[in-house]
Amino acid sequence: MNRYSNAGWLWAWPFPLAVLALWQLSAARGWVPEQVLPAPAQVWATFAELARSGELWEHLRISLVRVLAGFGIGLGAGLALGAALGLSPTLRDYVFPLFKAFSQVPVLGWLPLLMLLVGIDEGLKFLLIAKATLVPVVVNTCQGIAGVPQRYIEVARVCRYSRWQLLGRVVLPAAIAPIWNGVRYGLTHAWLALVVVELLASSEGIGFLIVYGRQLFQLDVVLAAVLAVGIVGFVLDRALARTEAWLLRWRQPGL
Amino acid sequence: MNTSHFVPRRLRGWVLPLLLLALWSWAAGALDSPLLVSPLAVWQRGLVQLAGGELWQALSASLWRDACGFVLGAGAGLAFGALLGASRGFERLVGPSFHTLKQISLFAWIPMLTMWFGLGEAAKIAFVALAAFFPVVLNTCEGLRGVPREWLEVARVHGFGRWQLLRRVIAPAAAPSIFTGLQLALIYTWLATLGAEYLLASGQGIGNTLIDGREQFQIDLVLFGVVVIGLVGFGLNSALAAVERRLLSWRERTVARY
Repeated sequence: MNRYSNAGWLWAWPFPLAVLALWQLSAARGWVPEQVLPAPAQVWATFAELARSGELWEHLRISLVRVLAGFGIGLGAGLALGAALGLSPTLRDYVFPLFKAFSQVPVLGWLPLLMLLVGIDEGLKFLLIAKATLVPVVVNTCQGIAGVPQRYIEVARVCRYSRWQLLGRVVLPAAIAPIWNGVRYGLTHAWLALVVVELLASSEGIGFLIVYGRQLFQLDVVLAAVLAVGIVGFVLDRALARTEAWLLRWRQPGL
Repeated sequence: MNTSHFVPRRLRGWVLPLLLLALWSWAAGALDSPLLVSPLAVWQRGLVQLAGGELWQALSASLWRDACGFVLGAGAGLAFGALLGASRGFERLVGPSFHTLKQISLFAWIPMLTMWFGLGEAAKIAFVALAAFFPVVLNTCEGLRGVPREWLEVARVHGFGRWQLLRRVIAPAAAPSIFTGLQLALIYTWLATLGAEYLLASGQGIGNTLIDGREQFQIDLVLFGVVVIGLVGFGLNSALAAVERRLLSWRERTVARY
């Protein structure tokens, strides 16, 4: 993680600050109308106001509960299915084509159908978010496990590892990086699915706040909500990256 | 898996779908629910859509949107990703901002894009392009970054020029990652095309077919739409995979020659 060392952080600032300055300047000089792009200061004020009134937290709380529930379901099912498919070529022959077909239809393709079948309540959100998580987790887990180099397994055979030793000491460590990649993609997709389902079919949550702001032509509310979406997405991804560094800490000296 | 020895390997993928189809047909006949239409009804609806030409109209509108956005977004993404991967200074300056922007959930851009580009075709294509941009940048950058240092050193020892280095070492080494990016971009653009059609419901497209079907409570139409969406996604991916195989076979040949 040396990319985020102190010097790296200093380098990161000039570009966004320049963009912000240009943005503020163009708003102050009236180069772009306020309805099209409100000044950053105004967006920040709206953001602070939404945070102070508690409105933002309430929407965020609802959204986070949805994401975590859907992500949890999708992750559990995805890891199990992915591991089964990765370990058994026979099962892969039977199930993978169907799974492939299922995953070809994006979350949004299922949305109208699911709206007809389960309505537009929380169930719909959980299902869609779980589906969004499931696909990358299954694909990466399966490929990660199936892609463990044959020679590692041969070495383990030579060392007379038992089945569990083979799984725990060879397959899992060799596959953990792609699996974790899948988990990260899964969370990104879950967050994506949350926002879209809230944009389309919700009366609360952070995605709804965006639609609401758009309908009232209050782009400062839209941008403030987008800012919140970005921050949460960033925090979620950082948390997973940290966990990844921790999970893969044994690899550092080797490299 | 007792049956594994009786089913030839190539046919195994068909077992589950056929079982499901049989179960579905049976359930549609046995349970009388408006939510369960039989596969036959979906098929017939599909034939009507095909014969009437509605399908082609919707599909060609969607595919055109998808293709325009993909080309714009992936092209920009390749250039930006290559810069990010090749230049340390550029990566330091712009990388963190890019990674922050990337965190904004894709669909959250739609309301802003509609403010900037209106509610028509331009906003849809801009959104699709944005969907292609991010994965291509990430994977191009990672592909370039992932070229093993030893390879570069070997190339230097052999006195490779800049162009030779790019063509014989860097491009083949980064190609798989770049293709992963393009493949992801294809998946995302198709998703984004649907999303744009749902959220900016003016105009034609397969997404509009689906929401119309939902509003009119025509499950057969919705299911047919889902199948079409899946087939298109599959077709797009297969096409890209074929291109990838061609390019990677070139890579293997080159490697094999040495």
